[in-house]
Amino acid sequence: MAKKDVAAKKASAAFAARPDLDAATARKPVKSSSPISKSINDVVAAVNTTYTNYLKALTPRLKLIDSFLVFLVALGVLQFVYVLLVGNFPFNAFLGGFISCVGQFVLTVSLRMQYALATQSEESKGEDSPFPTITPERALGDFVFASLVLHFIVFHFIN
Amino acid sequence: MTPSNGLHVETVRVLLRVVIFLSIAGAAISLRLFSVIRFESIIHEFDPWFNYRATKYLVLHSFYEFLNWFDERTWYPLGRVTGGTLYPGLMVTSGAIWHVMREWLRLPVDIRNICVLLAPAFSGVTAVFTYLLTKEMKDGSAGLLAALFMGIAPGYISRSVAGSYDNEAIAITLLMATFYLWIKAMKVGSIFYGALTALSYFYMVSAWGGYVFITNLIPLHVFVLLLMGRYSPRLYTAYTTWYALGTLASMQIPFVGFLPIRSNDHMAGLGVFGLIQLVALGAYVRSNVPSAQFKSFFAVSIVLVVSLGVLGLFALTAAGWIAPWTGRFYSLWDTNYAKIHIPIIASVSEHQPTPWPAIFFDTNMLAWLFPVGLYYCFQELRDEHLFIIIYGLFSAYFAGVMVRLILTLTPVMCVAGAIALSKLFDAYMDITDLFKSSGSAQASSAADSSSETEKKSSKRSSSKKGFPLFQLLTKAIVLSSFVYYLAYFVMHCTWVTSNAYSSPSVVLPSRNPDGSPAIIDDYREAYYWLRMNTPEDAKVMAWWDYGYQIGGMADRTTLVDNNTWNNTHIATVGKAMASSEEVSYEILKQHDVDYVLVIFGGILGYSGDDINKFLWMVRIAEGIWPNEVRERDFFTDKGEYKVDSEATEAMRNSLMYKMSYYRFTDMHNGREAVDRVRSQVIPSDRKITLDTVEEAYTTQNWIVRIYKVKDLDNLGRDLQSAGKSERQESAAALGKRTRNAKKPDLDLRV
Repeated sequence: MAKKDVAAKKASAAFAARPDLDAATARKPVKSSSPISKSINDVVAAVNTTYTNYLKALTPRLKLIDSFLVFLVALGVLQFVYVLLVGNFPFNAFLGGFISCVGQFVLTVSLRMQYALATQSEESKGEDSPFPTITPERALGDFVFASLVLHFIVFHFIN
Repeated sequence: MTPSNGLHVETVRVLLRVVIFLSIAGAAISLRLFSVIRFESIIHEFDPWFNYRATKYLVLHSFYEFLNWFDERTWYPLGRVTGGTLYPGLMVTSGAIWHVMREWLRLPVDIRNICVLLAPAFSGVTAVFTYLLTKEMKDGSAGLLAALFMGIAPGYISRSVAGSYDNEAIAITLLMATFYLWIKAMKVGSIFYGALTALSYFYMVSAWGGYVFITNLIPLHVFVLLLMGRYSPRLYTAYTTWYALGTLASMQIPFVGFLPIRSNDHMAGLGVFGLIQLVALGAYVRSNVPSAQFKSFFAVSIVLVVSLGVLGLFALTAAGWIAPWTGRFYSLWDTNYAKIHIPIIASVSEHQPTPWPAIFFDTNMLAWLFPVGLYYCFQELRDEHLFIIIYGLFSAYFAGVMVRLILTLTPVMCVAGAIALSKLFDAYMDITDLFKSSGSAQASSAADSSSETEKKSSKRSSSKKGFPLFQLLTKAIVLSSFVYYLAYFVMHCTWVTSNAYSSPSVVLPSRNPDGSPAIIDDYREAYYWLRMNTPEDAKVMAWWDYGYQIGGMADRTTLVDNNTWNNTHIATVGKAMASSEEVSYEILKQHDVDYVLVIFGGILGYSGDDINKFLWMVRIAEGIWPNEVRERDFFTDKGEYKVDSEATEAMRNSLMYKMSYYRFTDMHNGREAVDRVRSQVIPSDRKITLDTVEEAYTTQNWIVRIYKVKDLDNLGRDLQSAGKSERQESAAALGKRTRNAKKPDLDLRV
């Protein structure tokens, strides 16, 4: 189950500080038994289909991006746990580190979206992409630019 | 319009656009130069004097010294951590311009002139960004109109005339730039534009406290879009990029610090950030599963998220991690809040609710074009139109609450007004359809390709006879009336700017009895006197309004200034002014005050003087010492605020009253004198005596009166009894030699 959660999260290409959210979503149905068993099944099925679809759409590049995302989430969670356990003494540093994770995460997710959709629309030409003007190359360029800005500020912030 | 030589048309269009832009920028800049031409290149008002002083500090010292600047010449004896409590954007901008001019262009420009002319220069840039923003909304022609409006709308000019060297001068430019980039980012969905939005947001944060407006407006826009089911990956990209970079960047400004993650004002952005992550997740799942399954998935996750979020917010606020809302924020919602709880905010005239005439005065015809523009936005309602609607509604509300927020309303009025007007022009200027239909009946070649309906109409019009006179006439009438409105708008703007917004308020324009213009220069006279005749470390006490000016022009240490960061300290000064001499003297001595400065308009009829502000001093002092200063004591039994013979005991004994009217009747040779501000008669029989301070200087028109605080008495008496005995002595002398004493030595001063 837990494995599946991670996968689902990965698949959905989302989110930052709350890996427990997906886990909770999926786990809850298991606990609560009688009244809404149909919806439980639905949720489980939804997660399943999403996961299979995700696997289907995966290309090596996307896989690379996704593993980077997982790494970022892990890093963010690690820092958060550290703060909870040890305390947030150099608050600047913690904030810089944490936000750099979150920031890099959303940037990468954006890149992934643009990239995935751009390649998708290339395959099926007729469909109008949500990013009409953005080619995969441009997406990468933008991503690098924004990341540089982000890390410059973080570097300035942590002193 | 004929594409026969298409390249030429395009070239001409570009050329025209450039010319129009240059003239708009020219108009915008020259309109703001009234004050320089009428008076001189001088910094205006109050806050600009501080900005000017800070800029001078910046160019004389290094940037790091500037950031770590501890200013011991204000808020004596506390001092102020100036570097950490200001928005450095403005000073850094003009400092950078100064360096570029001096070192790269080799133009030895005075920093003062850069400060004076910064606002007009930036107004030209604002026009460009307004053009770009409106172009995203509609098209280039609407953009040009908006740029023109923005260039000359008095609502914006009021804060950007030459010499009005205030944060708003560049902040409005940055506001428009940020909004433009945001719209662009949202439309294209590019990380690049998102990052640019964040950078421009950072610049904005560094320049003006009003950045909170953007911090809430953009999330709100996104939130409304999400509610309307208009989520798209573009939105996700633009918003998350902006938020992550922008928030991090905004924390680099020392004054802002950790506010973006601590204060409730900024929480909307974070909430929407979280929300959009979930929505993105939802959208992804949705694209993969059938809708029935998605529904239950959706329901379960919504319940979880909402409960988690609410719990989290409560927990954080309870634990003190998130600061509660600030007072200024409350005063935005409840207009009476400030009056009851924070007199210092309410005492500022620009924080008062806006009267209707002010809106019309500041925006003229935009006031009624604005709703029309919003209506058109509703009609089309693309994502970016929603932004204008939200921006319009919110800023209209805020502008109604505080006068000075008309400033944020003006840009959206210009944009919406331009959209409305350009729609109207599109409809009425287009006379091609009239001629096409009549023409096509004759020339059959065009009619062949046209549709069924067009044929019908062409037949009808041709049967009606050739020339569509009435249609043309209606169009001409509507157009000419709007051209008239536009011309009138330009005249109105010029008139308002030249009459209302071009006065530096340091120098007052006036007229001699024969009608020739005269200038009342009492402020500078007094400040210059202080600068030249007092020791360099003299402490000057005045009401906080004049703190920045004293610091900037007289270069003397002040007790309180316009920064108003310490309410208690201000209340102390209020108490010193409102109490009797004995009590005040204690306070003055405790704070090492050497000079006291009051503004008095009774001779000239200058209504912004200290007696009129006196009630605020009393109120603020009462907030700290409710037992020693009571507002009620300053009103007569009938509840009137009087300074004449009916003035209350507390009023007559207060230091402020005494300093204002000291020797006032002597001006009129000892007869009763009329205070021309309050139209009340100051009785001559009750002579006002001052024992603890002595008059040091009074300016030509008595607007500024400076008093020197006496030192302790040489013989060890308290100053009251010393003064009394002195007066008795002189009265005795007066009895002996009446003739000599009768001649008042006032001729020189009057």
